[in-house]
Amino acid sequence: MAKYLLLKHYRGAPAAVNDVPMDQWAPEEISAHMQYMNDFAARLEKTGEFVDGQALAPEGTWVRYDGEGRPPVTDGPFAETKDLIAGWMVIDVDSYERAIELAGELSAAPGAGGKPIHEWLEVRPFYGTTPTITE
Amino acid sequence: MNEALLRSLTPSVLAILVRRGADFAAAEDAVQDALVEAVRVWPAGRGDPIWDAKGWLVTVAWRKFLDQARSDAARRRREDLVVEEPPPGPTPAVDDTLQLYFLCAHPSLTPSSAVALTLRAVGGLTTRQIAQAYLVPEATMAQRISRAKRTVSGVRFDQPGDVATVLRVLYLVFNEGYSGDVDLAAEAIRLTRQLAAQVDHPEVAGLLALMLLHHARRAGRTAPDGSLVPLAEQDRGRWDTELIAEGVEILQAALARDRLGEFQAQAAIAALHADAPTAEETDWVQIVEWYDELLRLTDSPVVRLNRAVAIGEADGPRAGLAALAALDASLPRHAAVAAYLHERDGDLVTAARLYAEAAQKAPNLAERAYLTRQAARLNARRCR
Repeated sequence: MAKYLLLKHYRGAPAAVNDVPMDQWAPEEISAHMQYMNDFAARLEKTGEFVDGQALAPEGTWVRYDGEGRPPVTDGPFAETKDLIAGWMVIDVDSYERAIELAGELSAAPGAGGKPIHEWLEVRPFYGTTPTITE
Repeated sequence: MNEALLRSLTPSVLAILVRRGADFAAAEDAVQDALVEAVRVWPAGRGDPIWDAKGWLVTVAWRKFLDQARSDAARRRREDLVVEEPPPGPTPAVDDTLQLYFLCAHPSLTPSSAVALTLRAVGGLTTRQIAQAYLVPEATMAQRISRAKRTVSGVRFDQPGDVATVLRVLYLVFNEGYSGDVDLAAEAIRLTRQLAAQVDHPEVAGLLALMLLHHARRAGRTAPDGSLVPLAEQDRGRWDTELIAEGVEILQAALARDRLGEFQAQAAIAALHADAPTAEETDWVQIVEWYDELLRLTDSPVVRLNRAVAIGEADGPRAGLAALAALDASLPRHAAVAAYLHERDGDLVTAARLYAEAAQKAPNLAERAYLTRQAARLNARRCR
């Protein structure tokens, strides 16, 4: 088994095919989208492939150390930041192909007009542990 | 095996061990071990064969404590630690449960530590259950609890504490709602009922009433798909009228004592909502008056924000917007309130923009979805 991170972006990903902001959808289309996401996670729990899923608020702050005895420096949020992560799902699957297949399904979540969004999701493999048998 | 009975006995059993001279941290571990033992050995599904469940727990927990103390003593080669077993006999009539509440909500604890310690030592939940309820790993919760126990290790058990700190902890537990196996809202109600039986204090009653009145509306608060249903649109037939009646009765008895506090005032507002047969029949004028009382008691910006909503209902959206104008726009939910008042005022363009803005700032996914849907609803109407 190998773990993969499926990353969804608020911005920074290439434009989706069905690229309409959510507040322009019909209310029932929003409900259908939510339902699809919940069903997807529930199905992966049943197949034993779900690890974790979290959503992030769009506003963040940059922070860095500013030397002994000083409070950390904060900055942002920067409107021009290119990449903004919206949330993730961690899956534990048998193969890279399976990870790609699932990301494809997630990207098919319905959007405006009830049609699939075709949004771009980023698939990132986790570094695994060193196997016991290496030779 | 009756888990509810077991858990209800937890604090008094723990208090007896402490009164016998066990230190709090070790006694707490011993009681947890005894609870686990009870779950293991008490036959399931055949009622409770043990006639004196409390006596059984005290005996087993005390034995576990002694075993641990002896092995600690042996390990540390400290011969001077002598643990004397008190003569067996009836358990003392004194109930120190209240002292446990004070200890677990001690001001030296952070809110998250106080919550965790209260749920375990007073509530009798296991570390695993508490970890699941707060969506953190069990090892993390175990650390939080043992650090909390270390923090209060020097606190004397027999000194009276401040009821207000206990109420804040219970309020936090209640507000966490429910996820996983444990219904934290129901647990908070159980612990507040137990506290109300221990101490005669109008604010304890006020908090209990507040919890009951909110809990009564729970079934109406979410749609079958899990989305939020705002108060005005809730199916009032799904509210629990028995809980509402109980909450109102407890509140009235508390208010009659003429020692108003913030929980009583909040409960009074909840009671006025619960009391309205339809949203239109809500007595907003009285609700504004209670918000004024609440402001005198707390002077909180969040209360001012809620008061602006109530004024919008009582005196019209323009009056609500005027009240809102005096508030800092960076307040949580400020944009959502502004959107609502602008919509009521007929300015759908501004309302849609503010709903979308509020969705960006929503503190949780359910609210974000709700606010996005509101923006979508207004945008869809404009396009037609």
